[in-house]
Amino acid sequence: MRVAEELKKSALVSIWFMFLTFPIMVIRVNTIYNTVEWRWLNMALVGGGSFFLSMLWRFMIRRKERGKKKAEIKDGVQLTLIQRLMQNRRVTLSGIVLAAIFAMIYPFVFSMYQTSIMITALIYVMCGLGLNIVIGLAGLLDLGYVAFYAVGAYSYALLNYHFGISFWMALPVGAALGFMFGVLLGFPVLRLRGDYLAIVTLGFGEIIRLVLENWNEFSHGPSGIANIPRPSFFGYDLSLQQVTIWIYFIMIGLVIFTIFVVGRLQNSRLGRAWVALREDEIACQAMGIDKTRTKLSAFALGATWAGMAGVMFAAKTTFINPASFTIWESVIILCVVVLGGMGSIVGVILGAMVLILLPEYLRAFSEYRMLLFGAVLVLMMVFRPGGIITNVRRTYRFKGKATTDGSSA
Amino acid sequence: MAAAHNFGKDVLEVRSLSMDFGGLRALDKLDLSVRQGEIVALIGPNGAGKTTFFNCITGLHAPTEGEMLIHPPNQGKTQRLNGLKPNRVTERGLARTFQNIRLFPNMTVLENVMIGRHCRMSAGIPGAIFRPRSTREEENQVVDDSYAMLEKIGIEQFVNELAMNLPYGAQRRLEIARAMATDPFILLLDEPAAGMNPQETRRLDELILRLREQEKISILLIEHDMKMVMSLSDRIYVVDYGKKIAEGSPEEIKRNPAVIKAYLGEEIDA
Ligand SMILES: Nc1ncnc2c1ncn2[C@@H]1O[C@H](COP(=O)(O)OP(=O)(O)OP(=O)(O)O)[C@@H](O)[C@H]1O
Ligand SMILES: [Mg+2]
Repeated sequence: MRVAEELKKSALVSIWFMFLTFPIMVIRVNTIYNTVEWRWLNMALVGGGSFFLSMLWRFMIRRKERGKKKAEIKDGVQLTLIQRLMQNRRVTLSGIVLAAIFAMIYPFVFSMYQTSIMITALIYVMCGLGLNIVIGLAGLLDLGYVAFYAVGAYSYALLNYHFGISFWMALPVGAALGFMFGVLLGFPVLRLRGDYLAIVTLGFGEIIRLVLENWNEFSHGPSGIANIPRPSFFGYDLSLQQVTIWIYFIMIGLVIFTIFVVGRLQNSRLGRAWVALREDEIACQAMGIDKTRTKLSAFALGATWAGMAGVMFAAKTTFINPASFTIWESVIILCVVVLGGMGSIVGVILGAMVLILLPEYLRAFSEYRMLLFGAVLVLMMVFRPGGIITNVRRTYRFKGKATTDGSSA
Repeated sequence: MAAAHNFGKDVLEVRSLSMDFGGLRALDKLDLSVRQGEIVALIGPNGAGKTTFFNCITGLHAPTEGEMLIHPPNQGKTQRLNGLKPNRVTERGLARTFQNIRLFPNMTVLENVMIGRHCRMSAGIPGAIFRPRSTREEENQVVDDSYAMLEKIGIEQFVNELAMNLPYGAQRRLEIARAMATDPFILLLDEPAAGMNPQETRRLDELILRLREQEKISILLIEHDMKMVMSLSDRIYVVDYGKKIAEGSPEEIKRNPAVIKAYLGEEIDA
């Protein structure tokens, strides 16, 4: 009875798919001989494949729902294996040591090409961690994040072009400009909520790109700025290979710095306020939290990291033009955060690695890359809506009096 | 027992407060005052405008007309609340709870109370990143203070639970704890006993009286539970359709014909 039902459902799905894909999968017009080829085998494959996949799909959904019920019964947060491992200090420590060793020897073991890809991935890690403050902690959906990335990149490129400012000077300047633009853009848009905020930030991101594209005197328009110097190494001349390794280590340093700062922000008065603001805005205000200032600080801090990452990007590629800062870039960074796990630092790092490195190594399938990308995202949202690593927020646990508080002892 | 108290001067003074929602007049020239150490109840039928009154004085709504003044008991300087943002109102010493509970559901009980301490702390972005001694001490202090507050309210056994997992009565109490953490001189309670069983309500009565005694605060209370209102309040305001229809001690209110008419069919002298 049940089996028949299931079979019928899957059969329907497969017929539907065969019908839909009929024109592209089955019919092929051979233009040389002016004949039509009927590739019936393809139809069978599509039918069989979709039949099997739809069965699998429903099986997975069912399993997921059963899992959810079990979790409810146990009443409490159900931790996955990774999360439990992450809470074990010894495992965490050895994981960190392994990752550190790997990061240290990576550029010497792998080729320059690999190192270069890894640098790109690390830039995305940095952006992801920055955006994570805005989305993961404060719950503000910012789709114009790439604007601040562009601000950073252009501030280095232009300051260097006009005034010869070095990379090391440009890094803090890029961060500061990112922060400033964050405040400037955040001020008008942060009154909006949810979807409205997303749309307006999207618009702002595009505005910045269009300005860069059209204001020729300022930004050199679509042709961009070339010959941006790579970071210097205490005045020595480095070969391309050496400088790539040098940039790699700068990036590692910056990522560690970012992790440190984001970790501290998370566990501070401000971090608590962000989370509370995400939970309930009205209650938050009634408890004395300045909504505008708190949101603005999240927005601007996120922008700061985008600014720094932008400077890095300009220094790495030595050439920038507005085409590098399209919405697509914002979307990828957003995907890094969502896929990795909102609010989770480890999750964001993994997300960036998966999203940036996999496409590079999957160049063989480059035609299907976007398809795969989309499929992965859809599957993730269905089966692991919390991301690869669902964030278990580190909550304040009361372990007894921390200070010597005589009055109530 | 109400008569036994000798109250100080006014701490909250609202003059001729009106609030229009489009064509609907939710509050109509309402006058109200609360004295130091007093428990004042604001009652009235559903939709009378009680919650709207709270929303106006806490800065969530901007009233159409009227003046809202506070005379904080410790500093004594009179301040206007008109035009202040909600967080500024809280900083000045008014704290409230919500009729439909508005906790931070995915934060722990302790964190909920810590959020209440937020406006009494000072660490900013540099403090968060560099974590100097002052910030560390402040963080330790806030944990201790928050726990002490939970003990006062009597829900310390839930300290590390998520707020959403708390039983209903404890959630209501947590709202009070969170509000008290902001160090108010006047506590605004919006139907704190709603949904509680009689036993929980009795314990809430005790809590409110104890807060007034120990924390030296005034309380303005919206409540539908007449038994609780009559036993707790020193003074009662009755509103209907946004207008004040009566004001006085519990005894006076019970006998007031206008009140009896507004509450037609309801039992007042419970
Ligand atoms: N934001 C708003 N916009 C429009 N009308 C509102 C708004 N808030 C309240 N009202 C209206 O104002 C009137 C008073 O509402 P209010 O919530 O203050 O009543 P209440 O006395 O608290 O009632 P209850 O005892 O049911 O809580 C109601 O008619 C309500 O519909
Ligand atoms: Mg109400």
